[in-house]
Amino acid sequence: MSAILDRARAQVLADGVGLDEAGVLEVLRSPDDDLSALLQLAHEVRMRWCGPEVEVEGIVSLKTGGCPEDCHFCSQSGLFTSPVRSVWLDIPSLVEAAKQTAATGATEFCIVAAVRGPDARLMAQMRDGVAAIRAAVDIQVAASLGMLTKEQVDELVEMGVHRYNHNLETCRSYFPNVVTTHSWEERWSTLTMVRESGMEVCCGGILGLGESVEQRAEFAAQLAALDPHEVPLNFLNPRPGTPLGDRPVVEGKDALRAIAAFRLAMPRTILRYAGGREITLGDLGTREGLLGGINAVIVGNYLTTLGRPANADLELLTELKMPVKALSATL
Amino acid sequence: MTAPEGRTGTPTGPVPWCDRCGEAAAQGDHRTCAAARALEPPRFCPDCRRRMKVQVVPTGWTATCVEHGDRHG
Repeated sequence: MSAILDRARAQVLADGVGLDEAGVLEVLRSPDDDLSALLQLAHEVRMRWCGPEVEVEGIVSLKTGGCPEDCHFCSQSGLFTSPVRSVWLDIPSLVEAAKQTAATGATEFCIVAAVRGPDARLMAQMRDGVAAIRAAVDIQVAASLGMLTKEQVDELVEMGVHRYNHNLETCRSYFPNVVTTHSWEERWSTLTMVRESGMEVCCGGILGLGESVEQRAEFAAQLAALDPHEVPLNFLNPRPGTPLGDRPVVEGKDALRAIAAFRLAMPRTILRYAGGREITLGDLGTREGLLGGINAVIVGNYLTTLGRPANADLELLTELKMPVKALSATL
Repeated sequence: MTAPEGRTGTPTGPVPWCDRCGEAAAQGDHRTCAAARALEPPRFCPDCRRRMKVQVVPTGWTATCVEHGDRHG
């Protein structure tokens, strides 16, 4: 077994201190022969510092497409020739989606909009939508609406949004290769305001954007410095018409190594399987990730693509004896 | 006429247009499109190739063609 795994066992498993960038890089460079031991260690770390429960979430797009930003992986940018058209979800349909999500046992429902940041119309829709959900469904409401002003942060807190997602997407050094219409620092600024407001910070990114292994390690270290409550880990699902539409899918073993590495960098965070896991890892890989550091899932469909049926994931969790986190445990 | 649809809204009968890439269904190889459609909703109306408005929710999707109406999956 690699020396890095021995070091991680002593430092992360025993003391709960995450690996630094150099340590993460060593993990990401570890040989295939060590992958099984690496996943086992990451699982032990997750069980020791997070426990066996899995947080289940559903996500829905309140406003799809027509985004003015140029995130090169995203089919919702209005700047690319993607076939995704702009559409708004009405409030009754939003509430129905929340009900369906809660029926799976999920405790989290994240409302997402493809925008640079919310305008008055979107904030009004959020206010009405969150109020309608809270009146009808027993579920925690999260939001992902792009970059915020301080006033908008305060307004979301007032609405009862308990967690805010704003992904850094990739490391600081690679970000300009992925997005040119705003900066990594602007995203960091929103995250700082969210943290200061008392809302839980949800911040992750996408692997497979063309970043190097060194930049993957840099990203894990930058996320660890942010110390988010939750880290959604996406794998690029190349979308037709986007600048990254022809990129290859991340190799399964590299994806699993990354899951374990991010867990060893952030032993206490909620590390969530997000988009792209189906095409990157398939059914077997999904299981391996849950036994390799993952302790949260998005069930059902994503924003513009489809996921595994919720019951497939829930049956897998039952088989793995991983209880779904109850709502009472999140309040 | 709209072909009857399977569980994921994939047309089960012959249609003029590929509902993923919008190209003529009878021309070219659409096996990649068909495979991708297992994890994607349709984007183009298979009857007229218009881009559809598609709303995905956790448990399904609705795709609307201004001429040919709604499809669900």
